[in-house]
Parts: sequence; C-alpha cells; structure tokens
Amino acid sequence: MKTCLVVDDSSVVRKIARRILEGLEFQVTEAEDGSKALEICQRQLPDAVLLDWNMPVMDGFEFMGHMRRLPGGDQPKVVFCTTENNVAHIAQALSGGANEYIMKPFDKDIIADKFAEVGLIPVGQAMV
Amino acid sequence: MTPTEYEYLRKFLKDNSGLDLSADKQYLIESRLLPLARKAGLSGITDLVQKLQAGSRQLIVDVVEAMTTNETFFFRDKVPFDHFRDHIMPEVIKARAARRSVRIWCAAGSTGQEPYSLAMCLKEMGAALTGWRVEIIATDLSQEVLEKAKSGIYSQFEVQRGLPIQMLVKYFKQTGETWQINPELRAMIQHRQLNLLHDFAQLGTFDVIFCRNVLIYFDQDTKINIFNRLARQIEPDGFLVLGAAETVVGLTDTFRPIPDRRGLYKPNDPRAAAAKPPVGAVPPRMAVMAGR
Repeated sequence: MKTCLVVDDSSVVRKIARRILEGLEFQVTEAEDGSKALEICQRQLPDAVLLDWNMPVMDGFEFMGHMRRLPGGDQPKVVFCTTENNVAHIAQALSGGANEYIMKPFDKDIIADKFAEVGLIPVGQAMV
Repeated sequence: MTPTEYEYLRKFLKDNSGLDLSADKQYLIESRLLPLARKAGLSGITDLVQKLQAGSRQLIVDVVEAMTTNETFFFRDKVPFDHFRDHIMPEVIKARAARRSVRIWCAAGSTGQEPYSLAMCLKEMGAALTGWRVEIIATDLSQEVLEKAKSGIYSQFEVQRGLPIQMLVKYFKQTGETWQINPELRAMIQHRQLNLLHDFAQLGTFDVIFCRNVLIYFDQDTKINIFNRLARQIEPDGFLVLGAAETVVGLTDTFRPIPDRRGLYKPNDPRAAAAKPPVGAVPPRMAVMAGR
C-alpha cells in the first residue's frame, strides 16, 4: 500500500483529503504544519505528499525544500494543494521541486487526475 | 415522469438528434431537463413535454443541447493522446514529408478540450512540425458548446481535469478565476457546427479523425452508416480514433483495429470493402426514422 502524508493546518481539509486518498487505497498520515511534516519525513519518507502552502510555524514551500534535501528526499511525489491560485506561485512551486499542483477547492476527481498524472495511481483508476 | 412522457421524449430525441436512449434512462432525462424546465419557468417534465408537443422551437433546441452529453476534460483517457504522439504523428510525419501538411478532425469536439489537447500535443512536438500546415477542425452538434470551445475559456475546476500543471502554465493565461488558452493554440482550430447524421463530405479528407464517445449514443444502423461515411473522409493511410467503449468490430469492414493500440483503427482497402456490399448502408434520414 502506498503512503501519503497530508499536510494542512485545517483539520477539515485533512479529513476530506484522507477520505479521498483512502478511497484511492493510500495509507494516510497527517501533519498540521511543515515542521511536524518534516519530523515525520525524517523518520520515514512517504510515497506522496499532499501539501498546503500557507501554514503556521513552517509553510509548505519551506517544508518541501527541507524534505527534498533529506537522503532519498527526491523520491516522494509532492502535490501542492492550496488556495494560492496564481501563476507566480505555481511556477515557484514547480521550480522548487513540486510534481503537481492543485488549486483549492478540490474534489476526488481532481486529486485522482493529479495523482494519476504523476504516476501515483494507474490512469484507469482516475476515471472511476 | 409518466411512461408515455418518457416514450415521447425518447422518440423526440431520436428524431431530432439521433440520441438513442435505452428504456431505463429516466434519471438522465430528469437530471438534464429539470433544470432546463425550471429555467424556462415550467413546473416540470410534464409541462416541458406539453410545450415540446406544441412545437416551441427554442425549447426544442434547448432540450437537444441539454441532452447531448458534454462530459469532457483535457487529455481524456490519456491513452489516445499517447497513441497520437507516439504512433499516429510519427507515421503521418513520415508519410506526408513531401506535402508537409496534416488535417485532423475532432468529430465530437464538444467544449474544446479534445481539440486543444491535440493542439498542445502538436506544439510539444516542436521542431518536427516546423513549416508544416496543421489544420484541426472541431465539430459539434451544439452551438452553445462550440461557442465555449471557441472562447477557450475554462473554469479553475475544468483546467484541473486531465491537464498537467506544466501545460496549464505554458499554454493558458489566467484572468481572475478563469483560464484562457493562448491565441496561438486557438488559431490552430476551426470550429464548426455539424450533426453527424447529416452529410459531412464537404469537410474534405483527413489524416486523422477523432470520433470519441459520441457513437455510443446511436443505434447500430446509424453507427454503421456513420462509419461508412467516415471511411470516405479519411486518407487510405489515415487513422480513426474511437472512445474506450466503442468499436467497429462486428459493424463494418471499412476499418480495422490496430493490434495492441486500443481505440485506434485504420481504413481497409476500399477495393476489398467494395467487394462486399456494406451492411446497413441506409441513408441518414432513414436511420433516424427507423425509431426502434
């Protein structure tokens, strides 16, 4: 079973994301900010990170930078999931090492499409 | 909705759009037509049927448009676009090296995601097509849908379905909450209103025809008729791309599937096909009137 770390300061968003990702057969862990997410990644890297941008303590972009520098930190697929919906933010995320980018609000179809796009789930599964 | 009303709508849709609903599609009618009825100030399906029977022309168009499905997103099903990039275009580039032109028809272009996906594929090929004349014709039954396709404007939700984020950044411009595809890509596509039940010989011949997820709504005779007419609009070495749930197998000899490339077909040698009279080659009007 693949693992996905959901990083978002909203417990509601984490809950919705968890339900969708478990439906896509991911084992889900949650973190409420970048610093807690980094602690989890230092213990064990997930296959995927669904990552909010604006969070207290450490934001998503800073977290990604730290995570990418961990041994094996280039492996996890990072999918941003944020209300920052302008080209400047998207470009910054991609050049900083993000694999995909979701603009909130999101739903199951968008997550499935984006996860299929980066090879986390087979393409067919995205159409269910 | 009473059974009589459902039967009326079924026949009405069959006659006016070729849409062939099976006996159990009440939910589809209700989900599409109830919002339309309310918008028109009608109380429900019963009122709507009465107005249709009275011959309200605007309502007829609205009902047909609402019922012809437009569920579509960028790079839908992915595989056909991989075929297009890895198999179809390399062959076309070889075969048309002297002429340096390619004509592509999206026969159910809908709100534009399919033709624009093809345009993006072609752009990504870069230098291989430098100096080529590329024509993409996108047709659809619905004028409303074509207007949207022409504008190339999509909601934030729509641009997140099937479209890789790099392509969004590269080929779209953001305006507030919406995204518009670049003028350069918009200029690659001609949009035309067309009912596949009617003659389409005037479109000319094509190297590639995408005809996906539209034939599933037609009955068998109509499908055969459309395949036979598509065969006349395709170059002998051209390609036909069908939807995942569609096939020519068992319907016509005018096309043959390409092994190991799901959804991809080549026209058969017309001389071979002519040896056997095509099955069910009824003119379109007859097919519509068949009303089984």
